Amino acid sequence: MAKIELKNISKKFKDDTVIQNLNLTIKDGSFTVLVGPSGCGKSTTLRMVAGLEKQSDGEIWIDDTCVNDTPPGMRDVAMVFQNYALYPTMSVRGNIEFGLKNRGVARGERDKLVKDISEIVGLTPHLDKKPQNLSGGQRQRVALARAMVKQPKVFILDEPLSNLDAKLRNQMRTELIQLHKRLGTTFVYVTHDQVEAMSMGDEIVVMNKGVIQQADSPMKLYHDPENLFTAEFIGTPAMNTMQMRDAQGLDIQASVGIGYVGFRPEQALINAGPDSEGYTVEGEILTRESLGAEQIYQIQSRSGVFFVKTFLAPVVTADHVKVTIPYEHLYYFGLSGERLRSGVQANRKQLATVGGI
Amino acid sequence: MTLWHKLRPYGMVAPAIIIFSLFFIYPIFYMMYLSLFDWNFVSPTKTYVGLQNFADLLADEDFRKVLSNTTIYTVLTVTLTTGLALLLALWLNRKSFFHGFVQGAIFSPHIISLVSISLLWSWLMDPEYGLLNWVIGLAGFEKLQWLSHPGTSLVSLVMVAVWKGLGYNALVFIAGLQSIPADIYEAASLDRSKPWTTFSKLILPMLSPTIFFLVIINMIGSFQVFETIAIMTQGGPVNSTSTLVYYIYEYGFRFFKIGYASASGVILLVIVGILTIIYFKLLSNRVHYR
Repeated sequence: MAKIELKNISKKFKDDTVIQNLNLTIKDGSFTVLVGPSGCGKSTTLRMVAGLEKQSDGEIWIDDTCVNDTPPGMRDVAMVFQNYALYPTMSVRGNIEFGLKNRGVARGERDKLVKDISEIVGLTPHLDKKPQNLSGGQRQRVALARAMVKQPKVFILDEPLSNLDAKLRNQMRTELIQLHKRLGTTFVYVTHDQVEAMSMGDEIVVMNKGVIQQADSPMKLYHDPENLFTAEFIGTPAMNTMQMRDAQGLDIQASVGIGYVGFRPEQALINAGPDSEGYTVEGEILTRESLGAEQIYQIQSRSGVFFVKTFLAPVVTADHVKVTIPYEHLYYFGLSGERLRSGVQANRKQLATVGGI
Repeated sequence: MTLWHKLRPYGMVAPAIIIFSLFFIYPIFYMMYLSLFDWNFVSPTKTYVGLQNFADLLADEDFRKVLSNTTIYTVLTVTLTTGLALLLALWLNRKSFFHGFVQGAIFSPHIISLVSISLLWSWLMDPEYGLLNWVIGLAGFEKLQWLSHPGTSLVSLVMVAVWKGLGYNALVFIAGLQSIPADIYEAASLDRSKPWTTFSKLILPMLSPTIFFLVIINMIGSFQVFETIAIMTQGGPVNSTSTLVYYIYEYGFRFFKIGYASASGVILLVIVGILTIIYFKLLSNRVHYR
């Protein structure tokens, strides 16, 4: 178990600055997920914690030790790679015990550890097989077992589920959550998939262009985004946002400049009764995605294209609809995308209506 | 299905089959046939002698010397070329102008004709005026006789073969090394693997198909060495550099004992065949293919 602290970390590849002045504390025993679009520096951050990449500037602390000059093997971290990086010439057993052998663990203890671990991940019948004779899920388990057997202070996982098919991915997702509960070790997990991040992490770090956008719990991230980027990144479908000047008919009083206004697809009401108060937009339904319990509509309005999601409601068959978003569910963002939490007040008296096309 | 449809595939492969049969299959069988005769290439009559040519060969002191020369030459050339090329590849496997330049430089002998190489090295190894002896003299050591002494002649030829083969072998090894994903090295470093352990337990086994390929290619090539010997030593001095193919050439095209030469050819064929089988049986079990 360990706390990880990144202090003023920068990373340059030649002249290209990937990460600038990053500060982050990863709590002891947490399941922290770094998430962001590709190229946002999340993998680089992870690799710097593992010691596979050297930061250009700043300090990395694991517990109370500065590990800046500690080689990867001595940091007490274990990593699961995206392509698993299994040793193809070794059997499953060889893969799992390679790290133990290098640490000089005695044979008897080694065998016991390998046996215990392979039972946990369900590899016991495959111990003498070569990795290329295993399925994707089994390889994934070997990679996990290889990391677990070293009993590290920190687990580092770099998009470990991206090579699995959808069903197996969901299964491994729950297994990883259970594993984290069971071990209680700090997990640092990288993914570009916000659904994966939301479902697995208890701490989520949203990154973009080498800068942390928000580090928070999943619910906080969803309900209370710090900025436009996080709002648009989290959620399926993501938050609908429009530029303020496109939000026609929205009558608000603001003491600060508003750049963008947004709302969650699931907060909007289709053809709501006259007593519901809010920002109302009329539009045409372009597409309907029926997923069983929920429906997702793509709607074209004069304020732009947006999504609306309904739960356990009959499918709306009309083409022309009125969409109402209660005022309390509108999010306001400044001109540079920062969240405006106060200083904006909608004029409730007068019902705003925008004509559809 | 018309006749044309049935015949077309055969028509397509016919040119290759004809050329292969004419220049590879037919000569092999004709050589086997000739090995049973006593013939001088020009006389209209061939005398059937049965297995007499083989009996003569096995009794021939020179032939045994030739076999041992060929074996020593092959073992030395294969181990030195493969081993040095691997070391070189490990060193060259990084991206910089200097490493690229060295890689190109050591590869260049591969594309130079063997005749030019033989002439070049004959000059370099000249006991009186050669560059090598001049350098040795400057360093204060006793000059070597190189190709002119039975003790050093075979090793000198090995040197030339290694020099020529090194670049190509190193290139193949570099390709093999580059096909190993970087995250294997990273996983090993996280597993606290020492450099030597990483090399011997991970890199070397992953290179085994490459090593296997190069050993086979080098071995078959060395067993058939001819040009350097014909140009540099003509099998001398005192038969110290006469190898199997050169021996076949001498008996076939200088002494015109074509039956005898064919019998040696059959033996060469058998040896190369056996070696290939042994290698495949022995090594293929231990070679890791991805």
